[in-house]
Amino acid sequence: MRIPIGRKVITYLLLILAAFLIFTPTLMAVVMSFMTNQDIMTGSLPSAFSLDNYRRAFEQFPLLHYLINSFLISIIIMIGQLVLASLAAYAFVFLEFKGRDFLFYLFIATMMVPFEASIIPNFHTIRDLGWIDQYTGLTVPFFAMAFGTFLLRQNFKQIPKELREASQIAGMGDVKFYLTVVLPVAKTSLITLGVYGFLTSWNMYLWPLLATTNDNVRTVQIGLRQLQSQEQMNDWGVIMAGAVIVIIPTLILLFLGQKKLQRGLTEGALK
Amino acid sequence: MSYIELKDITKSYHAGNNILEEIDLTIEKGEFFVLVGPSGSGKSTLLRMIAGLEEVTGGILKMDEKIVNHLQPKDRNLSMVFQNYALYPHLSVEQNILFGLKAKKISKTEQQKRLKETAEMMGLSDLLGRKPRQLSGGQRQRVALARSVVSEAPLCLMDEPLSNLDAKLRAQMRVEIRRLQKQLGLTLIYVTHDQVEAMTMGDRIMVLNDGKIQQVGKPITLYNEPANLFVASFIGSPKMNIGRAEIKEAPGLLVNNTLAFSADARLQEALEVHKDIVVGIRPEHIQPATHYEATHSLEVVNVEQLGNETSLALDVGGELWTAKWPGQWEIETGHLLEVYISQEHLSFFDAQTEKLIRPASFSGHGEVQAI
Ligand SMILES: Nc1ncnc2c1ncn2[C@@H]1O[C@H](COP(=O)(O)OP(=O)(O)O)[C@@H](O)[C@H]1O
Ligand SMILES: [Mg+2]
Repeated sequence: MRIPIGRKVITYLLLILAAFLIFTPTLMAVVMSFMTNQDIMTGSLPSAFSLDNYRRAFEQFPLLHYLINSFLISIIIMIGQLVLASLAAYAFVFLEFKGRDFLFYLFIATMMVPFEASIIPNFHTIRDLGWIDQYTGLTVPFFAMAFGTFLLRQNFKQIPKELREASQIAGMGDVKFYLTVVLPVAKTSLITLGVYGFLTSWNMYLWPLLATTNDNVRTVQIGLRQLQSQEQMNDWGVIMAGAVIVIIPTLILLFLGQKKLQRGLTEGALK
Repeated sequence: MSYIELKDITKSYHAGNNILEEIDLTIEKGEFFVLVGPSGSGKSTLLRMIAGLEEVTGGILKMDEKIVNHLQPKDRNLSMVFQNYALYPHLSVEQNILFGLKAKKISKTEQQKRLKETAEMMGLSDLLGRKPRQLSGGQRQRVALARSVVSEAPLCLMDEPLSNLDAKLRAQMRVEIRRLQKQLGLTLIYVTHDQVEAMTMGDRIMVLNDGKIQQVGKPITLYNEPANLFVASFIGSPKMNIGRAEIKEAPGLLVNNTLAFSADARLQEALEVHKDIVVGIRPEHIQPATHYEATHSLEVVNVEQLGNETSLALDVGGELWTAKWPGQWEIETGHLLEVYISQEHLSFFDAQTEKLIRPASFSGHGEVQAI
């Protein structure tokens, strides 16, 4: 299809404008993180390039520690989700039992309950278990993931059931089939889901705020917030430097994931 | 000695709705047994029950004299080739072939020995490192066969293994599978919807329709003496011509209100008990009136030149019949054509029960030439 040049120009101008509007806050954060305090205060344009804010971000508060916490928690949640969701999806696709579909729809229905609605019961549960200020309390509530199960079920359903039957004839059990066939074949979806799970956990705010009371297990998102209110006058340069550091993993994962995703998509294709 | 025995096997997914009914069947060791029928007739279901992938609803399934109704697939000592080949997309050809042996924990040296032999036999030696997606349809098919061969199971089940190949390759693979089966002495149960495959490959054929056995027998028997109208029109290509027949006083028999045949007293008598009669005649039995005196003349509706033979569509009382003449004939459409049709070549069926009353008396004798 050919688009007239005039329309094309207008479309692109609008796209650029929209992209600019959306990206401006991020851009400002990045620029500010490299500005001196003086410049930020006076609201002038950057006059000098400085890494001072970054140095202070690490020195003034335990940013590294927060980062490690966030990383650990995100990784644990990601693994937990992948294991549980893929096992559940396997059961929903390859095992036959009474009420399977009903159970699945019930499972899916929980997606309609917003996380905020379950936050109080969840909080009670982990408090009663004594999991406040523990990694378990920060991670376990997120292991069961209806969306992930749904996504993987759709994906597993595309695996021809003849593959399972061929393995049955060969004498291969469910566990082995799951490990040696289903997981490798569904690699792409698992990676996608893993990235999604990781980023969601990385950017989590409300739950870590509730479930932690000290710096030991606190995640970086909470840490950033604390930075803002600790002093009377906010040191915006440092805050922005922290924010930039926090979004780096997201960007890395998105770039890496995208590449991997494309490769995986073409690789997995078998007519 | 029967190797596989099915006694009154039934299958239903929902109570009261039988997909397969009254399946009684025995298959001998080393036999090439073909299950043929239109799609949806229950062929795959039956095959999968034999494989143990599908539960048997009723009846007894025996292998080697033992009841195996509830035996796990892996304990039935069989291999299976699927229509979509069921190759593992993430494994190489070699790993795909050895997949079953690994699962059965067969020693590494034995695995390699069998792999080498099989790969050579199937012409896959150069492809062992490839992934299934890097193979052509025919090569994938070969890998699927190799996987079955390498298992050395005495019984092999195949579910429409050739239906994803083009016509030329299919013809070639038919021969190869047949040769493989003879060479290895396999008992092979082969499912297809293609009657040509059934006719050309099977030692014996079972025709299935709507979950019921229509006929079991040698290909040539099915062709010459189809047990009912379904088998008559299913086996053979182009299909058998079918027409309504009436018994008349003077000439004896009138087909489609157009073709008259004489009927002797014995035939008259045999037909009398049946109210409505249907006759069938094979396309090759509507012959040119060159060696014989013409018996009928029919309008030519269409002529297809196939080079080695000529296929004619003829109008018989409003219905189209096909005639197949060997060689090349220059015939114009729209004209009346003199043909020779012998009453001996007519098969008679009861229109109500659709069962065979009398096969073509000519067939079976003088048709098959033994050397
Ligand atoms: N899992 C199933 N549940 C319900 N009906 C089924 C199932 N599998 C097959 N059928 C039905 O059984 C009949 C025979 O199917 P199938 O054996 O696959 O036929 P064929 O292989 O001869 O084409 C079809 O009518 C099909 O709809
Ligand atoms: Mg089928």
